[in-house]
Amino acid sequence: MAYTVSRPKLTFWEKLYLPQVLGGLAITLKHFRKMIAGETKVIMQYPEEKWDASLPPYYRGAPALVKDEKGRERCVACQMCEFICPPRAIRILPGELPAESKWAKVEKFPQAFDIDMTRCIYCGMCEEVCPEQAIFLRKDYAITGYSRDQMVHDKEKLYEIGGTLEGLVFKWNPLK
Amino acid sequence: MDFLSSIDWYLILTSLAKTVFVLIVVLTMVSYTVYAERRVSALIQDRLGPNRVGFPTTLLGTKKDFSPFLGGLGQPIADAVKLLIKEDFTPAHVNKFYYWIAPALGIGSVVVSLAVIPFGSTFFGAKMVIANIGIGPLFIFAFSSLGVYGIVLAGWSANSKYPFLGSIRSSSQMISYELALGLSVVPLFLILGTLNLSDIVDYQVKHGWLLFPFIADGLHIPTLSQWLLWIPVAISFVIFTISMFAETNRLPFDLPEAETELVGGYHTEYSSMKFALFFLGEYAAMIAGSSLIVTLFLGGWHFPGIPDGSGNGGLEILHAIPAWIWGLVNIAVFFGKVAVLLLFFIWVRWTLPRFRYDQLMRLGWIFFFEIALVNVFVAAFIVALIPN
Repeated sequence: MAYTVSRPKLTFWEKLYLPQVLGGLAITLKHFRKMIAGETKVIMQYPEEKWDASLPPYYRGAPALVKDEKGRERCVACQMCEFICPPRAIRILPGELPAESKWAKVEKFPQAFDIDMTRCIYCGMCEEVCPEQAIFLRKDYAITGYSRDQMVHDKEKLYEIGGTLEGLVFKWNPLK
Repeated sequence: MDFLSSIDWYLILTSLAKTVFVLIVVLTMVSYTVYAERRVSALIQDRLGPNRVGFPTTLLGTKKDFSPFLGGLGQPIADAVKLLIKEDFTPAHVNKFYYWIAPALGIGSVVVSLAVIPFGSTFFGAKMVIANIGIGPLFIFAFSSLGVYGIVLAGWSANSKYPFLGSIRSSSQMISYELALGLSVVPLFLILGTLNLSDIVDYQVKHGWLLFPFIADGLHIPTLSQWLLWIPVAISFVIFTISMFAETNRLPFDLPEAETELVGGYHTEYSSMKFALFFLGEYAAMIAGSSLIVTLFLGGWHFPGIPDGSGNGGLEILHAIPAWIWGLVNIAVFFGKVAVLLLFFIWVRWTLPRFRYDQLMRLGWIFFFEIALVNVFVAAFIVALIPN
């Protein structure tokens, strides 16, 4: 049903229009003055100031591989993350540990581990699915490169972002 | 060889020098007005605006790039370079001849109208006005209304609906505000009795600025007739300034290019430097308009206490300093006043929303035209009845 919107009744002072214009100019001048005086604080000068400090602990940034406290890689190349990854950003080339190795019971290690950051959607499913707690989403968000090749993080880069994570890792326990 | 001896070389050379000077100053001012527009609009809207581009002095071997003041002062140069090297695209469906001639008309008419503005007193005896003619304001009105041809031709030759609508709006807007613009300054000419802009400034130096009659050379107490005439002058000032907003297509009267309604208005089909010429013309028109307001109402190059270029007037102490320095100061004062008015233009633009088209027409035809007309009679009565 159509209904009529009543127009606001303007006083004579408002109908003159010019006083209202002056009022508007006063408002914009106030904003201008506050910006000049530095009273308005809504701006972060991005490349110089970053918001790293105020990132929440659950922030999901770039995925990365972690090593344990002895510098050994946690990943066993089970490829669970590769299979779960929704945009198929992860590529793993599994390698076999030689039989005479001390850690032969672990059987596999990743020969190559590539994450294509142009495809990654930062969903965190790789972290969720990893049985060895080897892949984590870190807080890096400014992932840039000059070419598509540079946007693919290889194993070295992933460990560089990931760093080390202390804690019990079952696969290195010779008794189990 | 007879005619060669009759050539006034002094006039030709000084005119050339003045022309080059005015063009350089005005074009620099245009680019920095654009910068100011972006910075001020940003600050009004609680942003920062372009504050990054400096001058790449690291190329010359300094440690850091030179980025003085608030930063971003290199932005106009970067913008100009960008506009120059962009692809100059001419759509297939346009009328080529008029499409090419329109931007030139847009800026040409504005630049020509700058010729009659007295932008300073004298400098080594040369009057600081390119063409000291007896019809200054009429000349400016004539050329600023020629500017509408640039817009109309641009909209028409683009052969596309939005530019066409923009240009139609522009021409009707121009007609409705030109009347008020012209009528609103008639009281001034009744008071001054001259149309020569240099003489108008000289009058204001002696008898007080028209809008501020107590500011003149030395102590000046306005006469009774000056007090009474202040009323029509103030009304003239308001109407003239507002009409100038309409004439230069500035918000709240920017219907010809109303981005939200007409894509880009009359220059939708233009790109690269041809678009930039419209842009340049628009801002140059702002400067020309502000110069005219300063000259007519705000005392031109005069500032209380500062002597003119031949060392007359002002404070006695300052006469010790060579007169040509005061000539330069007068020029600086003039462009300073213009800059303040430009800031006011920018300030208004980022405060008011755009008028609806019928409101615009109503304002032009029903209010300003009538008020300006009555104002002429009021001023005439005061001039006739009360002796100076």
